[in-house]
Amino acid sequence: MSDRTIQARPAAAAGALVATLSGPSGAKPKRRLSGRNIMIYGTLFVAAAYYLLPLYVMVVTSLKGMPEIRLGNIFSPPLEITFEPWVKAWSSACTGLNCDGLSRGFWNSVRITIPSTIISIMIASINGYALSNWRFKGADFFFTILIVGAFIPYQVMIYPIVIVLREIGLYGSLSGLVIVHTIFGMPILTLLFRNYFASLPEELFKAARIDGAGFWAIYFRIMLPMALPIFVVAMILQITGIWNDFLFGVVFTRPEYYPMTVQLNNIVNSVQGVKEYNVNMAATILTGAVPLLVYFISGRLFVRGIAAGAVKG
Amino acid sequence: MNSSVSIKDLSLSFGAVNVLENLNLEIRDGEFLVLLGSSGCGKSTLLNCIAGLLDISEGQVFIKGKNVTWEEPKDRGIGMVFQSYALYPQMTVEKNLSFGLKVAKTPQAEIDKRVARAAEILQIQPLLKRKPSELSGGQRQRVAIGRALVRDVDVFLFDEPLSNLDAKLRSELRVEIKRLHQSLKNTMIYVTHDQIEALTLADRIAIMKNGVIQQLDDPIAIYNAPRNLFVAGFIGSPSMNFLNGELAARDGKPVFVANGVTFGLDGYDADGTLKAGRKAVLGVRPEHIKVNEDIAAGSEIHDAIVDIEEPMGADNLLWLKHAGHTMSVRINGSRRFQPGTAVKLAFDMTMASVFDAETELRI
Repeated sequence: MSDRTIQARPAAAAGALVATLSGPSGAKPKRRLSGRNIMIYGTLFVAAAYYLLPLYVMVVTSLKGMPEIRLGNIFSPPLEITFEPWVKAWSSACTGLNCDGLSRGFWNSVRITIPSTIISIMIASINGYALSNWRFKGADFFFTILIVGAFIPYQVMIYPIVIVLREIGLYGSLSGLVIVHTIFGMPILTLLFRNYFASLPEELFKAARIDGAGFWAIYFRIMLPMALPIFVVAMILQITGIWNDFLFGVVFTRPEYYPMTVQLNNIVNSVQGVKEYNVNMAATILTGAVPLLVYFISGRLFVRGIAAGAVKG
Repeated sequence: MNSSVSIKDLSLSFGAVNVLENLNLEIRDGEFLVLLGSSGCGKSTLLNCIAGLLDISEGQVFIKGKNVTWEEPKDRGIGMVFQSYALYPQMTVEKNLSFGLKVAKTPQAEIDKRVARAAEILQIQPLLKRKPSELSGGQRQRVAIGRALVRDVDVFLFDEPLSNLDAKLRSELRVEIKRLHQSLKNTMIYVTHDQIEALTLADRIAIMKNGVIQQLDDPIAIYNAPRNLFVAGFIGSPSMNFLNGELAARDGKPVFVANGVTFGLDGYDADGTLKAGRKAVLGVRPEHIKVNEDIAAGSEIHDAIVDIEEPMGADNLLWLKHAGHTMSVRINGSRRFQPGTAVKLAFDMTMASVFDAETELRI
């Protein structure tokens, strides 16, 4: 038997050699300029331009002086770069009676966003953990109520909430707005966390229970360390959502507590004097900078977390 | 011997679905009991009920004589090993092992001692500083067993612990679990759907179907004298040959007739009476059919044709056509037959089983 194999080998090898010289071998060559590639890159280019062009106009305009803007070439780069509009937008643009720029709104927004984000994520993660792992009596009913809450239009709830806040003496204050943001973030965040915890193997939870860990020990020592990706997702959703909020900011606070978005609107839409396009553009970019930064820093984690949460649910 | 785990009239239902109904089970101290059954038969559910991870609807669970029906899992004196290992991914092996003890606020010196002992028994000392993601499947399962070991419990519960491993590791770890049981002498309850694991490990096997224990007996008794058709068909690979026919009498002796062929039942150890005219099923295991020169003198001879041959190394499995039936016969691996060959057969009735066709119970 073994003799036969040895004899057979040279003949087979020779046959293979001939095939190598004549036929295709190795990696299949890829054509750079195929119709498919042109389609893909063409589409991507158009889509990118569509989104980048307005941003380009904003950046360019914000760096021009007013005389240059009046010439009307909105796409041309600035002849003389000036940061004057940025400084003015930040520290001395007028909104109504105040002329201290966007800086006050910025700090208001920070003071609204940070506590709202932390509190809402804390509560929602515990909600989601309890709903997915400790199937207490009425858990499904509770969850249904929460989800239905997500579909009720905000406008319907504004007036009742104004009354509630007034009754408990928080209307017009920053803490009142923080409470409103926390409540309105609850349905979607709870859903997010519940689905994430449901996607973790159930046996981990069982093992922890056999090990004697209770509700909080399992949450803090087993679940929390495994849930970092979904915490990042929730954080991004909340920071961008609350930062960009306009409606609640206008309705539930007094002018001295207006968030940045409301103040931006007041600057851009102020009717007195000349329209300072460069200041408006700079103010808009400043307001959008925070969500933009959040995306840039955590974009990769965001996609990973969304994918992780989407596996099951 | 004392009973270690005892289950009395246990029922569990999810809504209208009864998963377990009036189940009774006594497990002796130090016994290795295997719950065997196909998926969905309620074996894992039963294990979760013993562990206290599922609240039962009715009945009682006793562990070491103590009624633990309403106790938390941690207070039942059990350790559990899961199919998916269920190691805490963010903790090192050492932290995984000591987590339960830390939660129970055991003194650090005691924790170190117990972890060291478990690591020594399972030979995982070099892995203590690693994370579960850096371990192979076999090592992970060893750590999972270690986590039950450090808890110093009376009863070990295994929920299909080897099902996620490849065939070679599975047989290695199977031997290790058996060795562990021999040295620790703890009570172990082991859930599996793999009959080889059940037969090799168990002191007693409980075969389950639809939430009911079909037979509870030692492995040899289950293999040789299955109590009903389900058990007979479930245990054994390749499966037992079943012939449908009826009982008759010939010269005053009971015989079995199928498709006009008569099988003498000399030597069959009947539980009941082999009454003539009763519809019945004859079950013979592949290794209890003798071929050609293996046939002892004086045996009843049957003719058959070889249909297919499946050589498996040590054994050779022949699929034969005999009187309108297809049956499998296990012979020594060195004996080969061409398809179409005519062979002579003899059935070893001392090892056969006869079942009532209606009640499916052994006669």
